[in-house]
Amino acid sequence: MMEPQQITPISVGDVVTKAEQAKKDGNRLVQIGCTKIEDNFEILYVFDKDYKLTNYRITVKQNDEIPSISGVYFGAFVYENEIHDLYGIHVTGINIDFKGTFYKTAIKHPFSVTIVKEDDACQNK
Amino acid sequence: MSKQITIPFGPQHPVLPEPLHLDLVLEDEKVVDVIPTIGYVHRGLEKLVEKREYTEYVFIAERICGICSHIHGQTYVQGIEQIMGLEIPERAQYLRTIWSEYSRLHSHLLWLGLFADSMGFESVFMNSWRLREHILDDLEATTGGRVIQGVCKVGGVRRDIAPEKLDEMVKGLKGIEHELQALTNVFLHDSSIQHRLKGIGVLSNDDAYYLGAVGPTARGSGVAIDLRETGYAAYGKINFKPVVEYDGDCYARCAVRAKEMFTSIDIIEQCAKKIPDGPVDMKVTGAPDGEFLARAEQPRGEVIHYIKGNGKKNLVRHRVRTPTFTNIPPLVTLLKGCDLADVPVIVLSIDPCIGCAER
Repeated sequence: MMEPQQITPISVGDVVTKAEQAKKDGNRLVQIGCTKIEDNFEILYVFDKDYKLTNYRITVKQNDEIPSISGVYFGAFVYENEIHDLYGIHVTGINIDFKGTFYKTAIKHPFSVTIVKEDDACQNK
Repeated sequence: MSKQITIPFGPQHPVLPEPLHLDLVLEDEKVVDVIPTIGYVHRGLEKLVEKREYTEYVFIAERICGICSHIHGQTYVQGIEQIMGLEIPERAQYLRTIWSEYSRLHSHLLWLGLFADSMGFESVFMNSWRLREHILDDLEATTGGRVIQGVCKVGGVRRDIAPEKLDEMVKGLKGIEHELQALTNVFLHDSSIQHRLKGIGVLSNDDAYYLGAVGPTARGSGVAIDLRETGYAAYGKINFKPVVEYDGDCYARCAVRAKEMFTSIDIIEQCAKKIPDGPVDMKVTGAPDGEFLARAEQPRGEVIHYIKGNGKKNLVRHRVRTPTFTNIPPLVTLLKGCDLADVPVIVLSIDPCIGCAER
């Protein structure tokens, strides 16, 4: 088994500060990912140093604005543009802002809709 | 200051089998800025977790990529197994490790061939792919698939490898090792290749680390990140050292991949000696309830499968961060300041897999 992981909830206002601290502590940015849970969007920031992960999570609504950390980690622009294009969440201050053209999708913000299936019994239960 | 012009590179280009677009801002022949664009063929595979049970979804995960298919499947099931607290049989761990290293071998040989072709060395391209056939034959013989292996499942693997076949595989790899050495010698010592690669597309150690480079792109710049060191599957019981180069140029990234092939052969040989007898899978009941960031070392570097379940048959979220996706920002830095003529070689030097990035 691998080591258990912890995710620390933080507020939107702490995102840039936490990213700055992570970089100061020698972490690299591993990824930023979004998950839709009912009407909320969980955004997970993952940093790594010596194979040890530090994970922060913010929870926002679709109309909320979140600050970009691309001023701290230049490479964050790929994740932030992805979150905007797939989920419709507005990220402010991205260093390379594609303004919705990073992904060419047939429908706008395709991941902001959840397909709900009936909760029937698991096949292998 | 010279007048700046912007020229498009891709999405259709002779060195790009997949669509990646770069807007290259030039002053004379020098690249001064780069704007990358992907997203031409984004498939939205992650969304299918809402339609496929978590046990079936492994077939989708394997189809994220046609080169590192097995490792995508393996990372996905490792994440599920971690959430469900499953300790799968040790033999299955070793088998996953063997197939992972075969995947690395065939991926690196594929890349070496493409890289040689991008420099006009078509005979080296042909020889790389000829040797790759040997690897693909073994993958097909043991898994049933040359491209999509389909052997990983939640709770173990679907196929076993007989001890006689394992011996035959190791002998086969030893048999082609001298040919691999001859091929590697061309990449490492041929003066034309050195002239084409040395000092081109330099990525500093700090840039590699903080821009998020992974795999040979990071290790070519002295950043010794290799997720196999975390000991997932059977790697914790195998002795190996990551291959690291320090010059950060195209030659260093090429050297890492060339040398890693011999590490892979050594790991497979160790696995064949140490693999225990026993079952290769276990019964799995229930559904994952929790979340986990599963990580593994693909041929192109660290891959992440974030999995979140709520105890139901369909996962809440499956998100994949592929190595190529995180190697795009370093690519932008690599290209700044280079000559226009070097752009194709530099782009290929990160081994871009747009199929993965457009999961």
